[in-house]
Amino acid sequence: MYSVNYHRASSVADAAKQLKNGDAKLLSGGMTLIPAMKTRLAAPSDLVDVSRLKDLQGVKVSGKTVTIGAATTHYDVSTDEKLKKACPALAHMASLIGDPAVRYKGTIGGSIANNDPAADYPAALLALDATIVTNKREIAADKFFKGLFETGLKEGEIVTAVSFTAPAKAAYQKFRNPASRYAIVGVFVTKGKDGVRAAVTGAGEDGVFRSKEIEAALAKNFDASALDGLKVPAKGLMSDLHASADYRANLIAVMAKRAVAAANA
Amino acid sequence: MGIEGVGARVARKEDKRFITGGGRYVDDMVVPGMKHAVFVRSPHAHAQIKKIDVKKAQAMPGVIGVLTGKELKADGIGNLICGWMIHSKDGTPMKMGAWSPLAVDKVRYVGDAVVIVVADTKGQARDAAEAVEITYKELKAVVDATKAIQPGAPQIHAESDNNLIFDWEIGDAKATDAAIKSAAHVTRMKIVNNRLVPNAMEPRAALGHYDKAEDHYTCWTTSQNPHVARLVMSAFYNVAPENKLRVIAPDVGGGFGSKIYIYPEEIVCLWASKKTGVPVKWVADRTESFLSDAHGRDHVSTVEMAFDKDNRIIGFKVDTIANLGAYMSLFSSCVPTYLYATLLSGQYNIPTIHANVRTVYTNTAPVDAYRGAGRPEATYLLERTMETAARELGVSPAELRRRNFITSFPHQTPVIMNYDAGDYNASLDAAMKAADYAGFTKRRADAGKQGKLRGIGMSCYIEACGIAPSAAVGSLGAGVGLWESAEVRVNAVGTIEVLTGSHSHGQGHETTFAQLVTQRFGVPIDSVSIVHGDTDKVQMGMGTYGSRSGAVGMSAIVKALDKVEAKAKKIAAHLLEADEGDIVIENGEVKVAGTDKSLPWFQVALASYTAHNLPAGMEPGLKETAFYDPSNFTFPAGCYICEVEIDPETGTTEIVQFVAADDFGNIINPMIVEGQVHGGIAQGVGQALLEGAHYDGNGQLLTASYMDYTMPRAGDLPSFKVSTSNTPCPGNPLGIKGCGEAGAIGSPPAVINAITDALGVVDIAMPASPATVWATIRAAKH
Repeated sequence: MYSVNYHRASSVADAAKQLKNGDAKLLSGGMTLIPAMKTRLAAPSDLVDVSRLKDLQGVKVSGKTVTIGAATTHYDVSTDEKLKKACPALAHMASLIGDPAVRYKGTIGGSIANNDPAADYPAALLALDATIVTNKREIAADKFFKGLFETGLKEGEIVTAVSFTAPAKAAYQKFRNPASRYAIVGVFVTKGKDGVRAAVTGAGEDGVFRSKEIEAALAKNFDASALDGLKVPAKGLMSDLHASADYRANLIAVMAKRAVAAANA
Repeated sequence: MGIEGVGARVARKEDKRFITGGGRYVDDMVVPGMKHAVFVRSPHAHAQIKKIDVKKAQAMPGVIGVLTGKELKADGIGNLICGWMIHSKDGTPMKMGAWSPLAVDKVRYVGDAVVIVVADTKGQARDAAEAVEITYKELKAVVDATKAIQPGAPQIHAESDNNLIFDWEIGDAKATDAAIKSAAHVTRMKIVNNRLVPNAMEPRAALGHYDKAEDHYTCWTTSQNPHVARLVMSAFYNVAPENKLRVIAPDVGGGFGSKIYIYPEEIVCLWASKKTGVPVKWVADRTESFLSDAHGRDHVSTVEMAFDKDNRIIGFKVDTIANLGAYMSLFSSCVPTYLYATLLSGQYNIPTIHANVRTVYTNTAPVDAYRGAGRPEATYLLERTMETAARELGVSPAELRRRNFITSFPHQTPVIMNYDAGDYNASLDAAMKAADYAGFTKRRADAGKQGKLRGIGMSCYIEACGIAPSAAVGSLGAGVGLWESAEVRVNAVGTIEVLTGSHSHGQGHETTFAQLVTQRFGVPIDSVSIVHGDTDKVQMGMGTYGSRSGAVGMSAIVKALDKVEAKAKKIAAHLLEADEGDIVIENGEVKVAGTDKSLPWFQVALASYTAHNLPAGMEPGLKETAFYDPSNFTFPAGCYICEVEIDPETGTTEIVQFVAADDFGNIINPMIVEGQVHGGIAQGVGQALLEGAHYDGNGQLLTASYMDYTMPRAGDLPSFKVSTSNTPCPGNPLGIKGCGEAGAIGSPPAVINAITDALGVVDIAMPASPATVWATIRAAKH
């Protein structure tokens, strides 16, 4: 990697100040940023490390409200007993991210701020109708995930937490790219008091999206059979070395069915 | 066999250092004053080099030298060669295009090395490499061999029109065509063998050190054959005369063929060391390995297999186009010819065969031997064709094979190979029993009830290894002999060193070679050391590849042991006043049979070195050398059966069982043999289901990291059911056939036969990824 200046933030306010250095980037788990820097695809002048801020760590459950600190690792999310009771689907999803080494370091805040089109959290938060809390405001998930690697965050804005109301039913099914093990297709479905949501990652040309077709079918009947014969349009889906748009469309329907079956189990 | 002799499951001696971080690989080597090198590589698949400006780079911090191909050539460094001459049908020699270690006028594949930067640290070398300014004129590129050979394709080497390297044939075209014409049935297929990247766990590395005071070079390199490296670097690349060049291949983390060749990087590091006055170390990063290690396979073939009315094969015709990449690598010419077409008889009694092979340049990485080297390609053709033929003829896969098996030995095939011994029915029986083949129909029905598709496939493979009889390969164009050497050195107080020309980069030779000595003299295995990998320590040897270290390397050791045994017995007979013929050596003692007169082994050794009382005329010392030249290839063979279960919704294939019934002749260490088979099958499953190197139309390698190139993982594989039967090889003293490559050779057809069986289709491309399986199912529906 190129030379870089490292700063360890003492607080969120301090991090915001440090971000004004040169071409600084926030460092949380570093599971995406560090490899990009090692291959020289990313070259920030400064790194502002927020991974040790206690204020940003931990899972809180109060009634049906779940709040997760931005610097909480995937491992901690996947093993949190309170979360496993309130929203086991999210804990399960976190356990599917990367591999054990990645899960011990990678964080929810880092994942959603990066918004990799194959990351798992964006699908979860979109389906959970979550709120992304920053040091400036709160942003609804529907408005947060804007496109490939693009979010609604303003320059210098820092994600501090994610919160959502635990739905009655939820599940996540992921079909992995055989090489990278990222999602070729990941579908997170929820049935909450405001209705049904189904979010898809790994497949859209514009990143994570909600599937209108799946939501409409499930709204009538939240059962796997409601998706029988459902044709998800291939238009707008990615085609690459590993999967054609048609194959992704097929997988979306299959993963959605399996997710609904799991949510009902 | 004792607990540590031949046939024993001795735990590997070398593992302690490997699994505790004590291995010493090229990157662990440190020479005082050592500096670091980074290569500037072409980002274009095909381009002219117009200008190279190194001034900015030279001025950067820590930079010691920035060197180009022009300077390299001015210093007389030679071009890389292919060491096996093949002639086209019309008699013209193969068109070997010039391959300079650093490109001078033209680059021919993405990754082609152009400039070397040497700096204090690797980071500084990388920074300076980015500052080298090269002006390229891009040319059109071609990556597909079947397109490169067409008129109008971009010409990659001036020497070769239509990018044709050679147009070679073997067998009898007339008789084979006649057989096809008269056949009761002909099975025809087009078969592709997909390109693979070797992916040894340790990337390639080289440390070149020119010692000015001694006028002597030392090269640490990740090589499977350090003596061959020294020979070639001296005789062809003009690096230094052999006596001034020491090549050391220390611990090497896997080779699979990719580390046989002498690459541009080691040549350039040695030259750069002399030029700059500092030792120069280079270590590839993983993407660099993907781009520049020799790739494997990449054949496109059409086949015709002719049957008579009794389903006997009466002829087999093959036409292959083999992609050799941008330059001819060291053994590249023999892999699609004499290591390939000579196996086209398989286990079958085929009266006439004809194969035509055209090799072609493309703007891709050079292609050369990769685990199996030609034999996987041949086996794939044969066993896929037999599967299809069985279906077309309405007979079971097993029955069609049995009807055609060779049952009488020795058997002369129509394609040079003369099989010495084998029992193919036994392997097929063993495999079918272990796989509960008879119970498959029910398992398929049960799976169907769960919405899953089950299939079963077999592969009856034979291969030729124990490479190779020197005169035979010499007559076929090889530039070297393929014998092996060993020196057995008994030390003064009885411990033993075996200096072997073989090299161990995963095979466990430090253990298995020692087992031979323990077996012979009954000395503890801990008192035996195996020395390899250093041209200063070990006599000339040809190295390890082609599953030769058992059949050839160990045979040399046996011959040397014979000589040591004979001399030790002479000394003992003299000391014990007995007849030489009555002396036996066992359990570390040298004794007169049937008496209690004996000497401990160490005492006989000591006697040879003190020389106080040796037989008249005997030289002191107890150390003997042998060179062993095999009389024939060896022919491991077996039957693999793969059972798969496919989820049609996603196209995912699960291997529910994999059975291997191999005949490797005599076995030294069953545990190591099992390990070889496991690893070979993992690589074969990798080829069939997961791996595949892809270039786009512009010659960019799309699969240049593990994000896109799918390596087999433990979870992809079942617990294998492996077994061996044993028809000893009549050709070498230990009766060994060899086992290093069989797993990778026999497995891909078994997997693909199972998948096509499950899906009810004729063919599917490798790798049969979930996306490919799903698309195949969909296409079959319409």
